[in-house]
Parts: sequence; structure tokens; C-alpha cells
Amino acid sequence: MQDLKKVDDIAKKYAEMNTPLIYILKDVQKEFGYLSQPILTQVAQVTDIPLSEIYGVATFYSLFTTKPKGKHIVRCCNNAPCFVNGSKEVLEKIKEYLGIDTGETTEDALFTLEFTSCLGLCAVAPVMMVDDEVYGNLTPEKAVAILKDYKMKGSSNA
Amino acid sequence: MHRIHILIAMDSHTLAQGARAVKDALLKDLSLAGLSDEVKVVETGSLGIYKKGVVLVVFPDNIYYTGVTVENVAEIVSEHIVKGRIVEKLKYSKAPGTEVKVQEKAPRFGKQLRVVLRNAGIIDPESIEEYIAHNGYEALGVALTEKKPNDILEQVKASDLQGRGGAFFPTGVKWGFAAREKAEQKYIICNADEGEPGTFKDRLILEGDPHAIIEGMALAGYAVGASKGFIYIRGEYHMSIARINRSIEQARENGLLGEKIFDTDFSFDIEVREGAGAYICGEETALIESIEGKRGEPRDKPPFPPSEGLWGKPTIVNNVETLANIPQIILNGPEWLQKLGTEASPGTKVFTLVGNINNPGLIEVPMGITLREIIYDIGEGIPQGNGFLLAQLGGTTGGILTAEQLDLPLDTDNLRKIGAGLGSGALLVVDDTHNVVEVVKNFVEFFNHESCGKCTLCREGTGRLYELLDKLVSGQGVLKDVDLIERLAKTMMTGAFCGLGQAAPVPILGCLKYFRQEFEKMVNTEQKSVSAVV
Ligand SMILES: Cc1cc2nc3c(=O)[nH]c(=O)nc-3n(C[C@H](O)[C@H](O)[C@H](O)COP(=O)(O)O)c2cc1C
Ligand code: FES
Repeated sequence: MQDLKKVDDIAKKYAEMNTPLIYILKDVQKEFGYLSQPILTQVAQVTDIPLSEIYGVATFYSLFTTKPKGKHIVRCCNNAPCFVNGSKEVLEKIKEYLGIDTGETTEDALFTLEFTSCLGLCAVAPVMMVDDEVYGNLTPEKAVAILKDYKMKGSSNA
Repeated sequence: MHRIHILIAMDSHTLAQGARAVKDALLKDLSLAGLSDEVKVVETGSLGIYKKGVVLVVFPDNIYYTGVTVENVAEIVSEHIVKGRIVEKLKYSKAPGTEVKVQEKAPRFGKQLRVVLRNAGIIDPESIEEYIAHNGYEALGVALTEKKPNDILEQVKASDLQGRGGAFFPTGVKWGFAAREKAEQKYIICNADEGEPGTFKDRLILEGDPHAIIEGMALAGYAVGASKGFIYIRGEYHMSIARINRSIEQARENGLLGEKIFDTDFSFDIEVREGAGAYICGEETALIESIEGKRGEPRDKPPFPPSEGLWGKPTIVNNVETLANIPQIILNGPEWLQKLGTEASPGTKVFTLVGNINNPGLIEVPMGITLREIIYDIGEGIPQGNGFLLAQLGGTTGGILTAEQLDLPLDTDNLRKIGAGLGSGALLVVDDTHNVVEVVKNFVEFFNHESCGKCTLCREGTGRLYELLDKLVSGQGVLKDVDLIERLAKTMMTGAFCGLGQAAPVPILGCLKYFRQEFEKMVNTEQKSVSAVV
């Protein structure tokens, strides 16, 4: 059972802030990994914001997720500046290596692959983000090598 | 006293190329060599050199090294720092001048002119003392102690500064609307939601010179009578968020934000709000909705934010670059800005040069420069000797320029004549190894992903356009599809609710105008007689 009390603590942290819903959801997601229905219901209760509105917000922004995700989130940029520098090939190779499509999670729950819009790193395109780390000047081979590193770290921690 | 200073560029680009590990290695090697007391390593913002790996400068020798890795740090320490011998193989020959003074041309920057970026890569952005040493907060001091709010407003008006968020609305006029509103509370919002593909000028200003933004916001607050500001930053911009938060703290500690600034009656404070991943939140009313904790969907206009914005109060929304210009205008006077650039577009413009280009990155040039100068002089041309296919100016919703326009002076008037604009300042160069239709499909993929869903035309239109283009690219298209793409794009342009849906067709129609044959070439000849099925 998830400890929904933590939601109350997080909401309390923002008591002074005007309209803090997005901040509360961010912290709650950090705590629980994703925004499940019981969690959002709890947020609605402590903030007195209608659940429908909270759902509206949780599904609008791409940094929020209402489904469980892998341990590492791989976000690939495929916007035009990355695209003309070969991001499509990088993305294809990553899909092949992980064996999943964008929006999916690997069976071992280690990686979720997502799109991101331009990360403002186009001078070192193509670019991807793994969790909070950014990687530039990618080639298909480099990208796979980076993911291999995460995989090794992932299995040694387990 | 430190004998040597090593400046290492710590911006998001160099971090993506391993700058953190290099700095750690550098500190370790210096300490092993017993030089920690003699050599100071300073983190700085972007040094203006991109795609060349980790960059550092050794002072007082003024030697730039690029492509520095953990492996060759030891050599720099043992050779250059200890023995004074320059490591030639890492030396960057086209190094910029160190003191890039306003209105002075620095060597490597050639045709560049740095006003907004004058401090980036020169001062330590984490040090308020260095900003102050470079005339920082002087404009605010002068304004608060010697001038009336209306004087500041008039100066900004007289400078004709135009907003750098994309629409080029006159900043002074916008401020005037808010200034004449009678309200208990007004707000200044700095729009740092930069999400336009190919655009990272705001990111580098935030990382390289955060105090200029704070000072610009405080001046705006003084001019229009606002005591509270918000900086709305993209949630993905971790480093910018950290730097701006630290700078706000420093400004508060130094009495430059908070109550009774410079012992006057003026109080102003700033709160940072992070976005959560939605391109549309860069649109000012969607941004306001987002700060209010809602879905970031644009509002009906009017009322415009200067009369009714955040929580219903008069609100100025200005772009990062716009605000970073303000202290300089107050310090140097409005005429100074007009002397730069062209009559139609005073001042400099920060561009981000991206795509198929040898020397990509952030450049600041006077308005009126040509595309050819930017691509072939500053950008050092197209890699592998490939030819020029097209450029897109202003981000993914920007207009298309072809070889015909290489010599057109870039200012707002000239661009308007050909249906383009400077927009966010992103300049995407595409070489002739690319197929135009695939590039357009890539643009539309972005719109389809980022359409906020509020209006049907944009939500459905971007989806159908994507399908049609996909059909063409995969060889299933028929001739009628090309017409359908054009009609759909034109309908969206006139009927969509906000700037996203209205501007998304711009590059599609631009490419159709110049490269229609390329679209028609993609049509499946066997199906040419079959009517379009969508
Ligand atoms: C879809 C869309 C996205 C936008 N994104 C941004 C943005 O990322 N940053 C920005 O400063 N302005 C953006 N704008 C423009 C803002 O609505 C607004 O005009 C601007 O922040 C005003 O600042 P300025 O007067 O200093 O240019 C966007 C507009 C639209 C329609
Ligand atoms: S387009 Fe990929 S980082 Fe900008």
C-alpha cells in the first residue's frame, strides 16, 4: 500500500504558494513514480481542487505520467535541427537495442523510451536525455554505448 | 592571490559533452601538482564555441582550448600550467577576444556585436560581484534614485525596442498599457519557456548572465508599478533553474530585490515557476494559465494581459532577451540602441544557428545582416561541402528562405515582404542531401505532438496533415493529396484559435511555394489517376 499521507505533507509544503498544483504533482510524482488514481484522488482531497481539473492538468503536461514507467526515462529529440543531423537513425537504433517503440517500457522495467521536444541543445545535435542527464553529438553507436552503461549500472544495483 | 585563472564553460552544451568530468579531473590534477592555491578554476557561461567539445580558457595567457577530455587534462596541467608551454594540438586558433566591449567588434566574432550577450562567458554567472563589476545593477540604481517610473517608461518607448519573444511587439507600448492601469497589484512575467525547436538563446542568457534578467525585470516593475515578478522556465532547463534561483538569492542578500531597494520606496521580488513540458505554455496567456496551476491552454484575447493577466491583474509578459536589453538601454540611453541595427529594426538580434552548419551556436548580430554572411562567414559554411537547400527562420513555425534570399538584409520589414519573420531567432540550415517533403513531415510531427487540443482545426488539422505527408513519403500519395495539404494548411492559418495553429502552416506553404515539384515527384505514379482517399 502506498502511503498517501505523504501527499498531505507535500501539499502542506506549498501552503504559502499561490496556485501550486503543478508543483504538488511534480513532487508527488517524484515520491510515487507516477500519478495513479488513488494518488490523484488524495491530491483532490487535500487541495480542494476538483478531481476532473487535476486529471486535466496531469494529462496535459508531458512531464507528468499516469502510468508506471521504467527506472530510466530515455527522451530522444527528433525536432528539425536534430532531425537534419541524423536523430532518426539514432532513434531507430535505440528502439532496436531496447526492443521497444516510443511510449513503451522494456520488460525488465529498466527503460522507458519517449520523445522530447527540442531541449535547446541543437548546437550539439542530435541529443537525448536519460533521466536528468543530457547527451549530445550522438551517433547510433554512441547512444547504444550510453544505454549499455545504464544497463550495467542497473543490473549491478539490483 | 591566484597566478592563473582557468575559465571553463559550464553551459548545457558543454555539459552534454562532458564538462563536469573535465572540471573534476582538472581540480584533481591541479591539487596533485600542488597548484590549488595558485590556480583558480572558474565556471563560466557559454564561451561562444560550440560542437568543439569541452572548452576552457587559460588567463592571463588568453589561450583557448577545445576538445578537452579527462584524458588530456593532465597534459594541459603539466605542460601549460607548470611549464608554460602551450598545448598546440588543443589550442583553438579562432579564439574570441576576452574583453568584448559594447559596440566593439571582437576578433573571432567578426560580424557579431554583443549587447545582450556581453557578459556571457566573460563573467562567472554565479557571482553577483562580477556582474556588479561590469556595471550590473547600475541602471537600477540610477533609475530608483534619480528617475521617475515614467522616465524609464519613456526611455524604453524612445528606444523602439521590440519584443524578442517572436512577435516583435514594441516593448514600451506594452509597458504603457500596464502602467496606465489602476490596480493594487501588477505583475511582471519573464517568459523563459523557450520551446521553439532550434532556439536556445534564452537558455544561454539564463545560464550566462542571469542577473541581467533580474535587473531588467526590476526596472520593468518600477516603470509600470509592479512589485512582484515571475520567471516561468521550462522544467527541462535544470541548469537555468538552478542558476536563476541562486542569482535571486544573491540579489536578495545584496538588497537588490525585496523591500525598499536602494533605500527607496520601491519593493520588488521574483518567484521562479517551472513548466512541466508543454510547448504551448510559451504563448503568454497559456503561460499565465499554467502559473495559475491549470492546463496551459491559451485564453481569448482581448482582454490582453497588460489589462487583465495573472489572477486577473495587469501583467507584462516579456521574453528573456527583451528584459536583458533593458538595463543597457537605461544606462546608455535610447539613442544608443537605435544606432545599432537598421531603421526598421533597431538593436542587435540573437540568433541560434543550427542544422547543417559547420559552426553552429549562438550569435548576436546587428539587424540587417544577410543570410549569406550568417551561414558562410559566421557559420563557416555547410559541412562536407554540401549545397544549400533551404533555411527556416524563427523556429519550426518560421518562414522558409531559399538560395534566392541569401543576400536579403534581414530585418522585420524585408522579411514581412516575403512572408517570413525573425521569430524566435532560430536559423535552421538544411543542406541539399535532404528531401524537402521529409523535412516538412518532420515539422508537422512536431505540431501534431504539441497542439494543445483546444481547437478542432489545429488538433485535427495537424493530425491529417501528418497522415497526408506520411502517405507521400511512403510512396502512397496521389497528386490530389498535394492540393489537399495546401488547402488544409490555408484553412488552419485563417481558422485556428491561437498562434500555434495559425503559424504552423507557414513553413508548409513556404515549402510548397518554392518546392512544389518535389512534392509532386513523391506522388505514386501508378496511383495518379485514383482519386484521393483521406
Ligand atoms: C505557440 C506559441 C509559442 C510561444 N512560445 C514563446 C516562447 O517560448 N518564449 C517567448 O518568449 N515567447 C513565446 N511566444 C510569444 C508570447 O506569446 C509573447 O508574445 C512573448 O512572450 C512576449 O514577449 P516580448 O514582447 O518580449 O516578445 C509564443 C507564442 C505562441 C503563439
Ligand atoms: S532540436 Fe534537438 S535539441 Fe534542439
